[in-house]
Amino acid sequence: MKPGNDIWPQSRTRLPLRPDLWAIAEMIPPGTRVLDIGCGDGALLEHLVRDKGVDGRGLELIQQNVNSCVARGLSVVQGDADTDLGEYPSGIFDITILSQTIQATRQPRHVLNELLRIGARTIVSFPNFGHWRVRTSLLFRGRMPVTRSLDHNWYDTPNIHLCTIADFLATARDTGAHIESAMAIDGLGKTRNMKDGESRANIFAEGAIFLLAKR
Amino acid sequence: MADLEGPHFLRPLKAPEENPGRVLRLGVERPLVLDSGKQLSPFNIAYMTYGTLNADKSNAILICHALSGDQFVASRQPVTGKPGWWDEVVGPGRIIDTDRFFVICSNVLGGCMGTTGPGEIDRTTCNSYGLDFPLVTIRDMVRAQTMLVDALGIDQLFCVIGGSMGGMQVLQWVASHPERVFAAMPMATGARHSAQNIAFHEVGRQAIMADPSWHGGDYALHGTVPSKGLAVARMAAHITYLSEPALQRKFGRNLQNREALSFGFDADFQIESYLRHQGMTFVDRFDANSYLYMTRAMDYFDLAADYGGVLAEAFRGAKTRFCLVSFTSDWLFPTVENKRIAHALNAAGANVSFVEIVSDRGHDAFLLHEPELYDTIGGFLSAAAAARNLP
Repeated sequence: MKPGNDIWPQSRTRLPLRPDLWAIAEMIPPGTRVLDIGCGDGALLEHLVRDKGVDGRGLELIQQNVNSCVARGLSVVQGDADTDLGEYPSGIFDITILSQTIQATRQPRHVLNELLRIGARTIVSFPNFGHWRVRTSLLFRGRMPVTRSLDHNWYDTPNIHLCTIADFLATARDTGAHIESAMAIDGLGKTRNMKDGESRANIFAEGAIFLLAKR
Repeated sequence: MADLEGPHFLRPLKAPEENPGRVLRLGVERPLVLDSGKQLSPFNIAYMTYGTLNADKSNAILICHALSGDQFVASRQPVTGKPGWWDEVVGPGRIIDTDRFFVICSNVLGGCMGTTGPGEIDRTTCNSYGLDFPLVTIRDMVRAQTMLVDALGIDQLFCVIGGSMGGMQVLQWVASHPERVFAAMPMATGARHSAQNIAFHEVGRQAIMADPSWHGGDYALHGTVPSKGLAVARMAAHITYLSEPALQRKFGRNLQNREALSFGFDADFQIESYLRHQGMTFVDRFDANSYLYMTRAMDYFDLAADYGGVLAEAFRGAKTRFCLVSFTSDWLFPTVENKRIAHALNAAGANVSFVEIVSDRGHDAFLLHEPELYDTIGGFLSAAAAARNLP
């Protein structure tokens, strides 16, 4: 299929793509095989498939999201990142994506290992718990932080395994992943390249995107 | 291969003016070799087509009907005079748009709507086959369909779609001929028939065989019809197609045309009357022996068993795009059975979508007005058509 194929159902309006998802899309070469885990409403997947000719698949927990993705012509199955990645063969995808989801999994390290096993490369994005607003909320107010990127109360948050950029880097190294590129996400969702060994980002970035490969 | 005049129906036509479709005589030079080891040569396959096959023969959709279905998917059924079973979905401008696609639907092998089955006359004895008809499997049904598709000159089907027993045929199509199926849509089905499903089928078969009019399957010879047995079989099966909440919503404990209980065994309750009606009308259009053969074919279906017990092996290397659909209240082919197929397809690295639709209407939901199902079919077909470069 050619990118920008005009035969797609025209009646459907395209979903807007968040800036951090644009940044992820920029990392993905056209025509690759991609698995988007936690693909949500399918906005990123739709962009990849329709504009970049990517062979894209999705895995999504919420059935309603799955149904609307399939109605939009995307290949998506209902499933849980914690339990359902085991069924995919090793190395079957060029790129696996886990955007803003790893902090909501029960076994983040296991999920990361699975992503690296299934895909030649893996893109992971997550909110940074080391951001200064998070730190000051705890330090000065003594309250669990509620910020733009972490907008839940302690009692209703799906985020059960939050981490800082430094935490993630250490875990990624432990799993034997090589970091090919890293980006910091600011409060407006804008991204900039993170330099190697940059500690500033762990304080000033609201989130981060990493492109990893198994060493 | 020969084009015959028209299908032979076992029941009188209520709508003789309707299009009876076509029938092909196949297996004349090369017999149809069945899983049982027996052969059929020749055999007839009755089918309907809708729309036009395009120049490069790439727009054909094969619809596989379910146990009690037939080839009249989008046109009036000549025997009953009722509209096609998927009339709302298939037609010009509909979700399966016959202005874009060439739709084929054939009566399955062993059926009773013109395709060779136990009701047909055995030319060696000049009587109906009855139980002398060889047992057929889902794979045999697909073998017969493959010969039809060959005869129509179609190399690759754009899509094969079906629910329930039709879904089993879809799975078998991809397992047997992955290169001939561009897209596949098995709905409300399973890669095997469960113990509970076999159990219900056995109840139905025993009801038919317990009817004295069945005569060991030779009722045609005796000029009788095992109506009561077949009706009971249908009644029991029909319960499995619905759901407890739907029955409660539709009927509850409502009484049928009466103010009080009759203190007898009349159909006091609406649900009884409804089931009796379902049983009676079924007898008018279906053949009891055919029912035995169809249910047996489903019971025998276990796709993984043909591939060393590993379902993913059935789909290894298949480039077919899949879309699986299940319904929340379907207890005949529950979501878990459909999901098993999705897992196997993932393991085989196949391109798969899986949608579970919330409905309280049970297994039959795939035949009913379900807007979310229609959105799913529409989205899947559009994306597949784009990938196939079809207009």
